[in-house]
Amino acid sequence: MMRHLNGRQRVLLGLIVSAVILLTVCIGGAFCGDAARVTDFSRKNLEPCLRYPFGTDWLGRDMLVRTLKGISLSVLLGMAAAAVSAFIALALGIAAATLGKTVDAVISFVIDLLMGIPHILLLILISVALGKGFRGVAWGVALTHWPSLARLIRAEVMQLKESPYIQIAGKLGKSRWYIAGKHMLPHLMPQFLTGLVLLFPHAILHESSVTFLGFGLSSEQPAIGIILSESMKYLVTGKWWLALFPGTALVLVVVLFYVAGENLRKLTDPGSVHK
Amino acid sequence: MKLELKNVSYQYKKDGRKILDNFSMTVEDSQRVGLIAPSGYGKTTLCKLLSGYLTPDQGEILLDGRPVSSYKGYCPVQMVWQQPELAVNPRLRMKEVIREGDEVEERILVELGIEEDWMNRFPAELSGGELQRFCLARALGRRTKFLLADEISTMLDLITQSQIWNFLLREVTERKIGLIAVSHNQPLLEKVCSSEIRLDG
Repeated sequence: MMRHLNGRQRVLLGLIVSAVILLTVCIGGAFCGDAARVTDFSRKNLEPCLRYPFGTDWLGRDMLVRTLKGISLSVLLGMAAAAVSAFIALALGIAAATLGKTVDAVISFVIDLLMGIPHILLLILISVALGKGFRGVAWGVALTHWPSLARLIRAEVMQLKESPYIQIAGKLGKSRWYIAGKHMLPHLMPQFLTGLVLLFPHAILHESSVTFLGFGLSSEQPAIGIILSESMKYLVTGKWWLALFPGTALVLVVVLFYVAGENLRKLTDPGSVHK
Repeated sequence: MKLELKNVSYQYKKDGRKILDNFSMTVEDSQRVGLIAPSGYGKTTLCKLLSGYLTPDQGEILLDGRPVSSYKGYCPVQMVWQQPELAVNPRLRMKEVIREGDEVEERILVELGIEEDWMNRFPAELSGGELQRFCLARALGRRTKFLLADEISTMLDLITQSQIWNFLLREVTERKIGLIAVSHNQPLLEKVCSSEIRLDG
């Protein structure tokens, strides 16, 4: 079947498949919130079997359900935080490129400053300052992930401002808003969308690591980071399934987001119209 | 209408070499002026100054007694750029590119040899010569009073060149548009223009 499709259709198929899998996991996880908390001591510490494909933990909780719930929690948090982050990037990037030298200098300095500090450190600081929990992590991720995208957008807008067709549009009497909407935004959109999607995996991984380190979500929430840090204690007793499956699931989700982002980039690249 | 340069000097900030030094010229809308000079003598810079893309360091550029840069909205002095590939947005279809002009007449498109099905294509799907016709058509909108043609025909074959120049000559004479043509091609300028200005002294 793959041979009948051209390059663009194959890329589109890849994008759709990864998006559908991610959506299914999210929606599935959202519905099994209660099931993830059910404890049943008659089935504790079961190895993976047909009934419980991911096994059960020391409280008899179904690890498959917990993993699904954890992933969906991570994905939702990652998406919210990445979206906020991307919009900060868009606003600051455009502001730096259009509002004159002083604004540009200030924003560029902040970008360099933030890029000089390790993400995870800043994230922990913000998360703790905001009282941990969902809110703390979400803001932490949102406020630390925008600099690289902002720098990209700034450069892009600066280059666009100088391009002949935009100068010509000005001489043809087009307003600044028309030029921004008709000429600049369509150019920025692919960069922005791809940047946004490629922020998700970062956000998810950082959320999980902060939670794993104990500065993130509280321990009653079945987040992936919580699941992994709790299962650390039981790994030495030979209960390998407690960490292996949730960990693999997390890696898979991250990879799927990368695939989706890369495919999106290929699709929106005007040079690839004929592939 | 009259387009005049008065004692204009201009230099690009970086290298500090003066491209134009105390330069003056006047063009009436009934005139067809040819600009001729070797590469690097500021032909394109002069065009950009005349059409308001650049502002002079000294001196002034007046259109009907008013500085060109003070015209808000549609600029009556329109320039056709040397590289048509850069002058159109690669993400817009050609019909949208034309729509940016000032109510460009259907007749102009036909006379420039623009075919119906090109209108739905993207710039990447047309050749340089085909794109240049669109750029010319876009610059020949209703309110255009002066047309600056900066090496517009270098990428075209001889037949297309003559087709386009013949059309341009008819068009600017009929509509009383002033034409300033830039080229390395001396015979072409002699044929097209009523007077010539040399930038190299």
